[in-house]
Amino acid sequence: MPALREQAADALAQLQAELGDAIVEHAGAFGDVVVRVRRDAWRRSARVCKERLGCDYLSFIGGVDWMPTPAVAEEGSGDTSTPAQPKEQTYGTAGSEGRYQLLALVESTRRKSWRVILKTDLPDDDLHAESWVAVYPGADWHEREAWEMYGFVFDGHPSLRHLYLPSEFEGHPLRKDYPLLAREVKPWPGLVDVEPMPGEPGDDDTEDGGEAT
Amino acid sequence: MTTTDLPPPGELPEIAVDPAAFRHLADSQVNVELDTGDMVLNIGPQHPATHGTLRIVVRLDGERVVSADPIIGYMHRGYEKLTEFRTYPQITTLINRIDWLSSFANEVPFIDAAEQLMAIEAPPRAQYLRTILTELSRIATFVLFLGEMGLQVGAITPAFYGFRDREYVLNLIEAVTGGRFHPNFNRIGGIKDDLPWGWISECRGVMNKVLASCDEFDDLVVGNPIFQKRTRSIGIIPRELGAAYGVSGSNLRASGVDWDLRRDGPKYLVYDELDWQVWTHPDGDSFARYWVRLQETRESARMVLQMLDQMPSGPLMAKVPRIIKVPEGEVFVNTENPLGEMGYYVISKGATGPFRTKIRSASFSNVSILPWLLRGVYVPDIVTILASLYFILGDIDR
Repeated sequence: MPALREQAADALAQLQAELGDAIVEHAGAFGDVVVRVRRDAWRRSARVCKERLGCDYLSFIGGVDWMPTPAVAEEGSGDTSTPAQPKEQTYGTAGSEGRYQLLALVESTRRKSWRVILKTDLPDDDLHAESWVAVYPGADWHEREAWEMYGFVFDGHPSLRHLYLPSEFEGHPLRKDYPLLAREVKPWPGLVDVEPMPGEPGDDDTEDGGEAT
Repeated sequence: MTTTDLPPPGELPEIAVDPAAFRHLADSQVNVELDTGDMVLNIGPQHPATHGTLRIVVRLDGERVVSADPIIGYMHRGYEKLTEFRTYPQITTLINRIDWLSSFANEVPFIDAAEQLMAIEAPPRAQYLRTILTELSRIATFVLFLGEMGLQVGAITPAFYGFRDREYVLNLIEAVTGGRFHPNFNRIGGIKDDLPWGWISECRGVMNKVLASCDEFDDLVVGNPIFQKRTRSIGIIPRELGAAYGVSGSNLRASGVDWDLRRDGPKYLVYDELDWQVWTHPDGDSFARYWVRLQETRESARMVLQMLDQMPSGPLMAKVPRIIKVPEGEVFVNTENPLGEMGYYVISKGATGPFRTKIRSASFSNVSILPWLLRGVYVPDIVTILASLYFILGDIDR
């Protein structure tokens, strides 16, 4: 794993001093520091980042579903349009305990290259996390997005409702087990829009006994 | 601010909640049906000031906005899901369409992320070409804004100037890439082609025209008393609140935050080899946002002129395997796009396509401040505030 940038190492040292054993694991990701915190310290770590580390800027909050990608095309069908992902469940930088993970990034507008990537695990049967809205008001829309895309519930969010999708929409589209319906309805167009050569099976003219000219 | 300004370690004090920051959340559930008390005005989804299909439900008390609720998602195309079904070279085609005014600039952070994961570095000439094309997209995006902002306050002339200059720059981009709006010109490890013959002198001419027309905008719009009356102290974004909302780019610099990822972020492209400066304005109002973008257009044109002078020669592509498989890892790359911070959090599991891509787009966060910002303003100012924030719907909805 590539070494931490100097600023990221400083940020990590400060975070460790402030959060103590609330940090489950930490790792470097191409110079940045990824810190996985306990779920009950999710909002406290945001406050520490904002008030102690000077990370006053919220870049994004998102989710990750570590479930292996279900195969879209059958093996040997010739559909190479979808990348084949590994079939076993592995976790990324700084690890994870289960399938669902919350991911956020905060930056400082005052210190150069000063940013922290925060992660926390959500157990499958209890997808609750503390809301960041009171710390970063901009978390409002990001948490609504994570709620509708993954089904994460943010305690303390003033109004969790649909952001992109219509209000009667069911399901959580960014979960790995939610199929990409466009692919189900119509296979990869590069695969099907090929007219058969005369004489080949599937050529209507030949089957009708017509002249294959 | 340095470390010494921050409170000393120890127990955290009680959270200081600024009621002003949450005033819009108290009644964020706007009644979409017609209310008998206040008047509900539905702006959009089709409205010229919304640059696409943004719908804003505002509740009015006379001419004043009581609450505003932007309703987005009319252009949601699910790019985050689609990236999981594409290979890396295919994805650049998708992300071209996020912010369609500056498509080339969208490609750069994603390609950079893939290159970091693969431990490839593009050769210097490719880096220069990328920087030039990124800055050209910035100019093409900003001159349109400089013209259009005049249009929103009733001035027709600047809009023609804006489109004229944008056309010059788009012609330059087309001459290099073959595409006016969606170049799809970046490759992992470099760039597709070199500059056509005679392009450099052509580009110099256009940059001088852009610099000249910036002076025209300065006289025509910035110096115009009506424009000043309509934009000064309208739609003020306080710097701390703007940052906490994730407002970025020129919008944040117009609030006095001296932060530009081209200078302050981890190194990308060749900005550290150029002589340029970051412009800020202390006011944070609509006027400040216009002024900052005008200065940044000039700065970009000067940067392009510098780069044309000092461009190195050499190869355009690094050594790249025929089938692009990206090793396992996670990386976040963000760049200063014309509209603000554009970032990709790419999670790779060693396949030909990413396992997950979180797209951080600028306009999404820039617009999320609208419920707070529009409260208490007058109806005609809604239009100038929307125009001055300068968002692209594809960049909000992704």
